[in-house]
Amino acid sequence: MPSDVDAEVMANTPLTTDYNVLALSASSIARSVAPGQFVMLKTGGNYDPLLRRPFSIFEVLRDRSGQETGFSILNKRIGASTRLLYEARRGQHVACLGPLGRPFTPVDPPSEAWMVAGGVGLAPFAELARALRARGVSTTLFYGARSASELFHLDLFGSLGVTLVVTTEDGTAGERGRIVTPLERAFAERPAGDPVMTYACGPEGMLAATAKTARRFARPCEVSVERIMGCGLGGCYSCVVLMRGSRGGFHHVRSCLAGPVLPADQILWDE
Amino acid sequence: MDLSVQIGSLTLRNPVIAASGCFGYGVEYADLIDLSSLGAVAVKGLFLTEREGHPPPRIVETPAGMVNAIGLQGIGVRRFVDEKLPELAMRGATVIVNVCGTTLDEYVEVSRILSDAEGVAALELNISCPNIKEGGIQFGCSLTGTYDVVSAVRRVTRLPVIPKLTPNVTDVASFAAAAEEAGADAVSLVNTFLAMVIDIETRRPKISNVVGGLSGPAIRPIAVRMVYECRERVKIPVIGMGGIADARDALEFMIAGASAVQVGTANFVDPLIWSKLIEGMAAYLQRHAIPRIADLVGTLDTRQQIAEGSGV
Repeated sequence: MPSDVDAEVMANTPLTTDYNVLALSASSIARSVAPGQFVMLKTGGNYDPLLRRPFSIFEVLRDRSGQETGFSILNKRIGASTRLLYEARRGQHVACLGPLGRPFTPVDPPSEAWMVAGGVGLAPFAELARALRARGVSTTLFYGARSASELFHLDLFGSLGVTLVVTTEDGTAGERGRIVTPLERAFAERPAGDPVMTYACGPEGMLAATAKTARRFARPCEVSVERIMGCGLGGCYSCVVLMRGSRGGFHHVRSCLAGPVLPADQILWDE
Repeated sequence: MDLSVQIGSLTLRNPVIAASGCFGYGVEYADLIDLSSLGAVAVKGLFLTEREGHPPPRIVETPAGMVNAIGLQGIGVRRFVDEKLPELAMRGATVIVNVCGTTLDEYVEVSRILSDAEGVAALELNISCPNIKEGGIQFGCSLTGTYDVVSAVRRVTRLPVIPKLTPNVTDVASFAAAAEEAGADAVSLVNTFLAMVIDIETRRPKISNVVGGLSGPAIRPIAVRMVYECRERVKIPVIGMGGIADARDALEFMIAGASAVQVGTANFVDPLIWSKLIEGMAAYLQRHAIPRIADLVGTLDTRQQIAEGSGV
């Protein structure tokens, strides 16, 4: 069950002039969150911006004894709310409602796990990688960004035993181009009998390309979608995704309740 | 401290109602809050059949508000009665169902089905949604349309009938009067104000429906004025809404003439707002030594104030 926590900012670590990691003190959320779930955040009690914003949990934070103390988010400054979260100071308070939504479904060996991330879509994969490591699943991160300076926390994933495949649009790190290119190659090289589960989070175009590729190779795939979300609890009906219905046809499904993690082959993607 | 209020034959345990379109079917919130602690729950608008609504994007934020065009996505009245109403009843919720229609017959048929169902406390007639092409606001923007819908539904139900009025008219009080004449037990207002937001870089509208309805604290003073005008005009209770975000806002509506209030957009920001509203209103009554909140309704004092030191 979600709780609403008036969380204190424990640390704000800028990564670039647009990206930061914000650590928030919210033990009740940290204790109950599963990889892929999200929180609705709001800084301050003011009316502009009015609404909360959804964020994936990046890392669950623990004290020296291993007790959960809070969580962090990976933030990119794009509008008014994300600017406030970029500029948040230690000691400031942020309203955190969560955990919310349907998490990823972690696989077990012998299945491998391929995580496909674009930009801030990296956020849910740190905790998913930990969950998969605990299950003994061999995991690869396909991580695409615009530039080498926007590839974050590669060391963290390395320390979790995750194999890294990196692309940048400008060629400053890894292969030049889109992340779906090495993903396609990996699928093509993979014997059909070796099970692989794909998890994706990132821009809509990357999700659609990943879903299409996974379908072409008949591989299961879960995507974490991002929609403009008003409430996170199913009240406003703004975050809908067109999905295949049980009785045929496509229907608008609330991504806050049915998702944000959804089976890729059930979504009607824009071609 | 008596927080109960009367809406026609319906007694609410307190004046705080979750507004239709902002609270799903209520069941979404049942694990988070005690639905029976609210005065009532007004569930999302229902047609006879299921509707998909508009494609996203469906909302955009504005200063102290938001513009939405959801397009009344919904499961239809029959599935609501089968799948949602039993849980609402089990949770002890007082259920107001928001009734939609593209034709007069559809309003009547949906109302008939709900009147036969177990656990519906009142019907709120949605003649004010700005976001659908047919029906709805077409009735709510015409005095005869308003009269016709209310009187047609009146004939088929014993439940309290509460038309929800649009503010997108010149004189909202005349619509309250038409509803009263047609046999409404109360009116609720305001629905959202028609609005639009444009992305100047792409020169595209920010929501797929191009135009939508503005809600949130930005509209509150206009909504208070409209509630005041309706209270002056009609004898039936007025249910006020529009940008209520705390107990003070709710009390302002009641002093203006609202017998009860609905809260919508603020629930998105704070889904635990309900107990704060109810406790805040009770504390106000205590502070002002008012034993019953019903005694506060319409107590606006408009006597001319004499400026100090004016020598008059």
